[in-house]
Amino acid sequence: MTQPNAKLHPGLNLGHHHGEAHNQAETVVFGFWVFLMSDLILFGLTFASYITLANNMGMASGPTPADIIDLVNVFAQTVLLLVSSLTFGVASLTMRHKMPAKVTIAWLGLSLVLGLAFLGLAALDFLNMANQGAVPSRSGYLSGLWSLVGLHAVHVTAGCFWIMIMIAQIAVLGLHPIVKSRVLRLGLFWHFLDIVWIGIFSIVYLGGLL
Amino acid sequence: MMQIRCLFSTLTLFVVLSPAFAQTRDSFLQPAGPIADAQRTELLQILGWTMIAIIPVFLLVPLILWHYRYRNTSARYTPEWDRSRMLEVLMWGVPVIIVCILSAQLVRTTHDLDPYRPIASDTPELRVQVIGLDWKWLFIYPDHNIATVNALTIPVDTPVAFELTTDTVMQSFLISSLAGQIYTMPGMQTQLHVIATETGTFQGENTQFNGIGFTDQKFDTTVLSNSDFSAWLAQVQAADLSLTEERYATLAAPSTGAQAKAALASTSGPDGVVYFASVPDGMFESVLHRYMHGNEIPASAQPGTAAYQPNALEEPDQ
Amino acid sequence: MSGEAQTSWLGRLNIDSLSIWRAIENPSVSEFVGAGAALVAIFGGIGALVLITWLRAWGTLWRDWLTSTDHKKIGVMYCVLALVMLLRGVIEGVVMRTQQAFGMGGGFLAPEHFSELFSTHGTIMIFFVAMPFIIGITNYVMPLQLGARDMSFPVLNQISLALTATGAALVMISLVLGEFATGGWTNYPPYTGKDFQPGPGPDYWIWAIVLSGLGTTLTGINFAVTLYKERAPGMTLFRMPIFCWTVLCASIVMIFALPPLTLAALMLAADRYLDFHFFTNDLGGNMMNYVNLFWLFGHPEVYLLVIPAYGVFSEVVPTFSGKRLYGYNSMVYATMAIAVLSFCVWLHHFFTMGQSANVNIAFGIASMAIAVPTGVKIYNWVATMYRARIRMTVPMIYATGFFFLFTIGGLTGVMLANPVISYQVHNTLFLVAHFHNVLIPGVLFGIFAGYHFWFPKVFGFRLEERWGKRAACLWVVGFCFTFLPLYALGLMGMPRRSVMWDDPAFQPFMWLALVGALTILSAVTALGIQLWVSVRNRAATACPLGDPWNGRTLEWSIPSPPPPYNFAQVPQVRTRDDFTDAKATGRAYQPLSAYEDIEMPRNTAIGMIVLIGSTLLGLALIFWIWWLAIVSVGVMLTALIGRTFWLNTTYTIPAEEIARDHQAWLAEVHAAQRITRAEETQAANRGRAALELPQGVSV
Ligand code: HEM
Ligand SMILES: [Cu+2]
Repeated sequence: MTQPNAKLHPGLNLGHHHGEAHNQAETVVFGFWVFLMSDLILFGLTFASYITLANNMGMASGPTPADIIDLVNVFAQTVLLLVSSLTFGVASLTMRHKMPAKVTIAWLGLSLVLGLAFLGLAALDFLNMANQGAVPSRSGYLSGLWSLVGLHAVHVTAGCFWIMIMIAQIAVLGLHPIVKSRVLRLGLFWHFLDIVWIGIFSIVYLGGLL
Repeated sequence: MMQIRCLFSTLTLFVVLSPAFAQTRDSFLQPAGPIADAQRTELLQILGWTMIAIIPVFLLVPLILWHYRYRNTSARYTPEWDRSRMLEVLMWGVPVIIVCILSAQLVRTTHDLDPYRPIASDTPELRVQVIGLDWKWLFIYPDHNIATVNALTIPVDTPVAFELTTDTVMQSFLISSLAGQIYTMPGMQTQLHVIATETGTFQGENTQFNGIGFTDQKFDTTVLSNSDFSAWLAQVQAADLSLTEERYATLAAPSTGAQAKAALASTSGPDGVVYFASVPDGMFESVLHRYMHGNEIPASAQPGTAAYQPNALEEPDQ
Repeated sequence: MSGEAQTSWLGRLNIDSLSIWRAIENPSVSEFVGAGAALVAIFGGIGALVLITWLRAWGTLWRDWLTSTDHKKIGVMYCVLALVMLLRGVIEGVVMRTQQAFGMGGGFLAPEHFSELFSTHGTIMIFFVAMPFIIGITNYVMPLQLGARDMSFPVLNQISLALTATGAALVMISLVLGEFATGGWTNYPPYTGKDFQPGPGPDYWIWAIVLSGLGTTLTGINFAVTLYKERAPGMTLFRMPIFCWTVLCASIVMIFALPPLTLAALMLAADRYLDFHFFTNDLGGNMMNYVNLFWLFGHPEVYLLVIPAYGVFSEVVPTFSGKRLYGYNSMVYATMAIAVLSFCVWLHHFFTMGQSANVNIAFGIASMAIAVPTGVKIYNWVATMYRARIRMTVPMIYATGFFFLFTIGGLTGVMLANPVISYQVHNTLFLVAHFHNVLIPGVLFGIFAGYHFWFPKVFGFRLEERWGKRAACLWVVGFCFTFLPLYALGLMGMPRRSVMWDDPAFQPFMWLALVGALTILSAVTALGIQLWVSVRNRAATACPLGDPWNGRTLEWSIPSPPPPYNFAQVPQVRTRDDFTDAKATGRAYQPLSAYEDIEMPRNTAIGMIVLIGSTLLGLALIFWIWWLAIVSVGVMLTALIGRTFWLNTTYTIPAEEIARDHQAWLAEVHAAQRITRAEETQAANRGRAALELPQGVSV
């Protein structure tokens, strides 16, 4: 019915050479896109409430962005996350091109390490802020900041667990069609978190320092 | 149009003529000022215009249901008919036109009746500052240096400018016979402008649920002639109590007007009403800015909380 | 705050949390009402368990229902949940009406109990009656109308149900343990912040909403994907039954409108649990954010409910008129317009918050604009009945009630859309009258019409007509008496959520409203009797052949109840109202040349694990029992992740079995008497419809 090279869903497709797995992915990946749309709304509104709180009134004479933003750390976080997105892309391609499962696992593992490093730096950043008294209970602004960055960090944590699970599944089940479609979806999720992070980086950090 | 308006005026008359309206008027259907009057007119006009869209439904549904009932085999039956250019134009067009007419009207009246818009008048306006407390209202007359609890008294034909806030949760301030409502919110100031063109007593109330004493948060708005108003001012200025920080702290505890009156041992004014002969300068502003200082305010110093302690409020900078 | 110091392993749960204990300690009518409700909840629960045991139904219940991933079973369970909650909601409504009827200067309920009542009533009616009912009907009907075998994600569907049931369970448990919120269904801070309400009440609201809201979001995704991906071959979007269109619009609303609610509730939770300052009075909190977020959800929410109800009427009216739906395209565009506009009007819920006149004007006009597509819909239904042959069955009585009463609701909606009038009637009983006026005739009547319409499809027998008509008439009359007087009371200035009042002029209206509420109670009773009578006489109303109403869409082309796989062969769709066309052109009821094996999802206990786990999680969070929270999250995650390692999730139904059942049914169909619509409600109607054409026309 479909053209041999037609895309069945937005984003990276497995392609027809994957047969059944390619067709099965159509519905689930589409569904996952829809989920991401809903998640995007959640982030968007968190952004919006952050913005309404990032002013003098919301800061309530407490720490201001200039007091707490450690741009070096944040920049390092950004690089880690972007690179991990790249390595994940490679992992997806190795799968698409039917390379041995070991190769895919290795690239996934690398993405995981980068993701964990990102979380480590984020934790450090939070810790530094807390040491300066910039805790969410200090002001509306800080509540907004912690919840926005925290929401993203929770997503990344979930993503890291998911990568671990996928590595385990590839090891146990091999590159079964359903496993492949899960890796595809995880990839969408991982890239999505990247895009959200770029939003956070520009609005919260760069915007905060302006 | 005219008949429809008559019909609905009669209907509202039924509401309006109910016995209780004799004493305290509490509805904009019995307006005592131009704003409430305009609101009533607007209501009736919407009623009229929408009838154009509604009456056809009310007439056609029973007619069609009856005429095209299953057993009436003589009625025409066109099971495949499902479109008509002309009907389509009517169905979309008529509502669009009505909504356009109503929108034009909405633009005009929303501007005219904007609660923030000062009322043009030769008489200088009277300023009243309103602080919503749990289950009572505090009215401060900054130009006369007096305050009352649950008694709003204003002179007739004089524009009144309210500045409103609350020292507890959100409330909504409504004197229906004079004008519409406006929220009062902690740390924020809202405004309302009214003018009364009749003397009398009109009910004011909070319409936003705020706890168990909510239904007691009502007050009488008394509109007096200018001379009576001066007499009333003198009466309040001669009251036994002045509003102090300490008395405010007691007043702010969750209580009804009558309970607060007892707690303050006030003797002036009618039941449930407290008169204060004087007010510290900037009382309203200090309440308004209390939450804006950037320091944490423990629950014990926030009126209306379960943990509120009047003495915690007295020393704000502990 | 007493719980804060103690570090019991039960958190802040203690004997005073038991509402029955409170009634013993502090006896009063009001406490007894609360304790009575707790007892009803406890004994109701125990009674259900005993009954199931006595009927030895545990096995069937587990295998055929609780672990099923069949969209039909899940749909029915949603509806059962909604019916149970409806019972509680209606009783609460009647208790409130009774209180207010005697409320001049007092009444019998303490204010804190009254405020719990309107809060639970509102929350239950919106989240645990209207939503699950709509979702349940959709779950059942939509895949059948599409010619699909199931939803796109059957297991997710089961989990969504579990999460919805969790929310409902938490609200029920609040009768017995602790107390529910008192801030209304909107739960505005700062009133619901921890300084003002330190008890567990708002936390019940928060977790009931967050958990069930998650379920609803997932349902929205499931519906949307099913509609896009599972349509039978030939069913283009513009050949879909109109009900499916409404579901598509509603599910898009679900996907976009639920996140603001979830977020608002979670931010409130952060304020309450972690000392954040989103909505507090001090340290830069801003309660207006909550109000905006809540209504960014709240307004689309009511459209999410009413749009599928429009869909039901759009199926019911053409079917019982024996005629095509007038203006299908117009209907589709109107529905889309409503869905889109519903996101642009949220501010009309707080015209009185002090924003500039221009902002109010913009939102006021947008709100009024919704009246246009809504009006078009009403006219389309009326035009559908023009030159038709209308049977006044029970669903049509509801539809008629809907036409009249919903129009009144629309009229008052246009009034409320006008800021100038909203300044006056906002927060009064006028508003209460308005939203009941759209929710009951709109949503609830739509639900009841759908219930009567599709019941025979689900269970294979029709509902009894006479009791059904009684119930429908009682609903219509009861509604008028209960809610029309509230318009007057609102115009007279009575605020909503008032436990008492003191203006004697209110009294006559209060009596009328009480009479109405009792009428509604009798309507609900009539529905119960109808169900009882129908089940008893089911042999006489059986219609296993599947088409009792001369239906127009695919769901009527299969046996009642349908087999697990729905269609022996996925149908090939040629046109809109495909089944009507098939019957007219002789395509219907054709034998198949070949049968294929069908693969279907297996049962799974995951939904039950989520139900129990998340209910415990909710309770743990509400009562600060942190170890339990960790354990329940751990168990749920382990189960969910563990399941993904399990690849053997489907089973196969052999072609022979399908062939046998299908051929047996076809044989029955061909042998059956063809029923004209005159005999529709008689025992002879076993579900095979005769063609009835206009005079002078023949095939
Ligand atoms: C069936 C009979 C019903 C009765 C007798 C009834 C009665 C009431 C009463 C007395 C109130 C309180 C009004 C007040 O604030 O003073 C109320 C509130 C409410 N009702 Fe109903 N109701 C009924 C059905 C429904 C239905 C079907 C829905 C929704 C689908 C619904 C949704 C609500 C909501 C959302 C509130 C507002 C709660 C709040 O103030 O936060 N009700 N109802
Ligand atoms: Cu709305």
